[in-house]
Amino acid sequence: MATAFQKVYTSISQITKATCSLKAKGVGYDELATINGKLAQVVKIMGDDVTLQVFEGTGGIPTNAEVVFLGKSPSLKVSDQLAGRFFNAYGQPIDGGPEIEGKDVEIGGPSVNPVRRRQPSELIATGIAGIDLNNTLVSGQKIPFFADPDQPFNEVMAMVAMRAKADKIILGGMGMTNDDYYFFRNTFSNAGALDRIISFINTTEDPAVERLLIPDMALTAAEYFAVEKNEKVLVLLTDMTSYADSLAIVSNRMDQIPSKDSMPGSLYSDLAKIYEKAVQFPESVGGGSITIIAVTTLSGGDITHAVPDNTGYITEGQLYLRRDSDVGKVVVDPFRSLSRLKQLVAGKKTRKDHSQVMNAAIRLYADAANAKTKLENGFDLTDYDNRCLDFAKDYAAKLLAIDVNLNTEEMLDVTWSLFRKYFKLEEVNIKKEFTDIYWK
Amino acid sequence: MTKGTVSGVIANMVTLRVDGAVSQGEICYIETGGDRLMAEVIKVLGQDVYVQVFESTRGLKVGAVAEFTGHMLEVQLGPGMLSKNYDGLQNDLDKMEGVFLKRGQYTDPLDDDRVWDFTPIAKVGDKVQASDWLGQVIENCQPLKIMAPFQMEGTATVKSIAPAGQYKIKDIMAVLTDEKGNDIEVNMIQHWPVKFAMTNYKEKPRPFKLLETGVRTIDTFNPIVEGGTGFIPGPFGTGKTVLQHAISKQAEADIVIIAACGERANEVVEIFTEFPELVDPHTGRKLMERTIIIANTSNMPVAAREASVYTAMTMAEYYRSMGLRVLLMADSTSRWAQALREMSNRMEELPGPDAFPMDLGALISNFYGRAGYVYLNNGEVGSITFLGTVSPAGGNLKEPVTENTKKVARCFYGLEQERADKKRYPAVNPIDSYSKYLEYPEFGEYIANHINDKWIPKVLDLKTRMLRGKEIAEQINILGDDGVPVEYHVTFWKSEVIDYVILQQDAFDEVDAVTPLSRQEEILNLVTAVCEKDYQFDTFLDVVDYFKKLINVCKQMNYSPYQSEQYNSYKAQVEAMIS
Repeated sequence: MATAFQKVYTSISQITKATCSLKAKGVGYDELATINGKLAQVVKIMGDDVTLQVFEGTGGIPTNAEVVFLGKSPSLKVSDQLAGRFFNAYGQPIDGGPEIEGKDVEIGGPSVNPVRRRQPSELIATGIAGIDLNNTLVSGQKIPFFADPDQPFNEVMAMVAMRAKADKIILGGMGMTNDDYYFFRNTFSNAGALDRIISFINTTEDPAVERLLIPDMALTAAEYFAVEKNEKVLVLLTDMTSYADSLAIVSNRMDQIPSKDSMPGSLYSDLAKIYEKAVQFPESVGGGSITIIAVTTLSGGDITHAVPDNTGYITEGQLYLRRDSDVGKVVVDPFRSLSRLKQLVAGKKTRKDHSQVMNAAIRLYADAANAKTKLENGFDLTDYDNRCLDFAKDYAAKLLAIDVNLNTEEMLDVTWSLFRKYFKLEEVNIKKEFTDIYWK
Repeated sequence: MTKGTVSGVIANMVTLRVDGAVSQGEICYIETGGDRLMAEVIKVLGQDVYVQVFESTRGLKVGAVAEFTGHMLEVQLGPGMLSKNYDGLQNDLDKMEGVFLKRGQYTDPLDDDRVWDFTPIAKVGDKVQASDWLGQVIENCQPLKIMAPFQMEGTATVKSIAPAGQYKIKDIMAVLTDEKGNDIEVNMIQHWPVKFAMTNYKEKPRPFKLLETGVRTIDTFNPIVEGGTGFIPGPFGTGKTVLQHAISKQAEADIVIIAACGERANEVVEIFTEFPELVDPHTGRKLMERTIIIANTSNMPVAAREASVYTAMTMAEYYRSMGLRVLLMADSTSRWAQALREMSNRMEELPGPDAFPMDLGALISNFYGRAGYVYLNNGEVGSITFLGTVSPAGGNLKEPVTENTKKVARCFYGLEQERADKKRYPAVNPIDSYSKYLEYPEFGEYIANHINDKWIPKVLDLKTRMLRGKEIAEQINILGDDGVPVEYHVTFWKSEVIDYVILQQDAFDEVDAVTPLSRQEEILNLVTAVCEKDYQFDTFLDVVDYFKKLINVCKQMNYSPYQSEQYNSYKAQVEAMIS
């Protein structure tokens, strides 16, 4: 890799599992280097002592390895040629195709000036009522699925991606199993959508630390299409918990004091830097957008763990999947799921009764949950309790289940029909102006 | 000036070797690849100085040159700040070029060329002290004072003052002669180091004036006062930001400063988008005209996040010294604490609880201490009301930021996951939340004089009923609906009336979003009447039926414009149901 004029260092003074240190001069912070061909990045400079983080791990690196500094930070070549291609964490093709030609852009670039953003206001329709009705997605939003590893989050995400009308879909796979990688590949190609998909993949077979590059690679590509091509870009990041685990590994190797759950103290900022790349640009700069749908896997549904907890504070809501035993289907949990941007479109881009209908249905579904508790505790149920329980079953099967595919107007009509079937007018607590129209 | 050269880089902490004197907190600029990176001294070890850089340090090399400025992190204060959008270091975001924030780009916080109508207040020969009012300009209908320099020592005499007319901020508005006979030229601009509190007032008494926010769970249940402090802790998704925005839209303040500290950019964009359209319910002018936004969103450099809350507080102090009522909101103080933690960690300091720095509690209490209601030297009053949000890790309130804040803030608005899950918004827990001001005799007297002397006893009575309702709900859960006497159901449902009619409020409904005090008084009286009524029911099902109907009518009333025909008809229905 070394070319003329590049100084080659051959004396490594310290090697840990993830880092190497050596004496070198004129090195810039964040700069890339190769150590016997393995890629590494400068993470600490103290006088002449430079510490490098080796992405693949330091196994097999001798103390006399050849170290060459590349004079630049990790970067990606961007152009329209990216479309339809699969890459590894370094942005190198893994699909056997040719190298990409284009502008070399440093990844993890600066953030958008907040005054140059536009308030997101375009609905992303997915056909899934648990999302469109209760937790409407908006372009420019960032939202994760909070899911246990056994839940079908990748399937739902792929479905959402296929139905959303995005110009480009960029998949960032971190610690993805080989099986899931093939699942995405097949789904994309079966849908005939390969030409608008770009994938950056780090599978479980690849080194863990390499994962740290994936989100920035994916988002650099996304920024190219959103800013230069004014496209609507959807970025899928799965799974961000693997990403955070890699952060913890690196910070641990660098002897940093861990904060909650052995995660680095900077976890919030690290995650925010990624998620905040989601943006809606105003028409004056082309009107492109980046929407991020991510996955954060939980351990036993625990959302107080540092990763989901910090994520929740950064993202604009979260979606939970749950198996509803009453109807035997996977549903989008209406209680814990939330889309913070839904009020920007609900009732504005959708029918006016949207918000009230959604809230009333969830409130009644909550009453059903209370009734169920009563039932389980052996108490008598009132007539209202029984009606709530029946409503809940219908509501879960006809609306919350992820196999539903309706437009929002149909979703609202179905909800109204369920209201009328099970409840009295005063029990639904909806503004009169709507009940006058829809309570027929 | 002192110079230094870079000797080490770890993320945004840089070590410099310096050739002269530096002071703790001093600002320096590091030159790299054509960019000048602003940095602040955080530790000095002999010739080695540790600085935190307010920007990305990508590409920074050992040997890069740093130039010290001789002053700490300062803000420029003057007319022209209202309706501006600043970053945490007071750069005017609208003046920045390009879509992306370029490293090393600093913009002027004030507009040198804007012309102001000046009216003098002081006369030649007047004796003045630092911060005394010399003249006045009007910005967005707000009278702004041109003051004697904040740093001036002792008393000075006004030697000359500009006559009424049009001036720019750098024009000399007055010349003062200090005790030593030196002339001081005064323009409209003041400088102040953000980390120091301004103490240019005579006295800071206990605050007592209700600050109307239009949010019922605050005004009626746990009021905040002009110059008071409060905090809003809550897990994510419980509506912290919605509540904060509601308060900043509706509160009866002259100036509102919003410090978006390490939060989502889209939330700031929401303010940019909505505030220029929305109308201040108290003055009828556009909300943006009284608002300043300090946006240091979560993707902006961490070190500037810490600075942003101080920048906002210093601006608030500036307006307070003019006798204005300032409302300062910081969302979220936890992100500020995390910024402190990141830096403390890089400096390899011994960590305190949850790896936060040991002096976290002291920093928080000093910061909250800068708020307050004050008597200025000229007898006028000004105030800074401070509301901070806290984002406790895992929603657990037993964490250092919440605990330390609880020691200093006088109002506590605890947001609760369970309430949020049930869509009972605002999700402020009615039992655990409190306002210490309800106990202040000064406040009681103020309310008795300005609303009525029954108000506070009624509120306290409703609070007790909420607690009783919660206890009964637990008993019903254990014993079942039939396991408790019918009166228990009545007591429980009375507490539900309080919850649904007073506490719950639809922030997205045009009418319900803001409830003026007079309307709150009517609701309070109505709900009190319900609570005091002796009901007789045969079965608990009758209880449920009756109260559900009652709540439904009350809610329709809350959705109707005040004293409209609709409103009056719903009110009459409620009155008929309880007579």
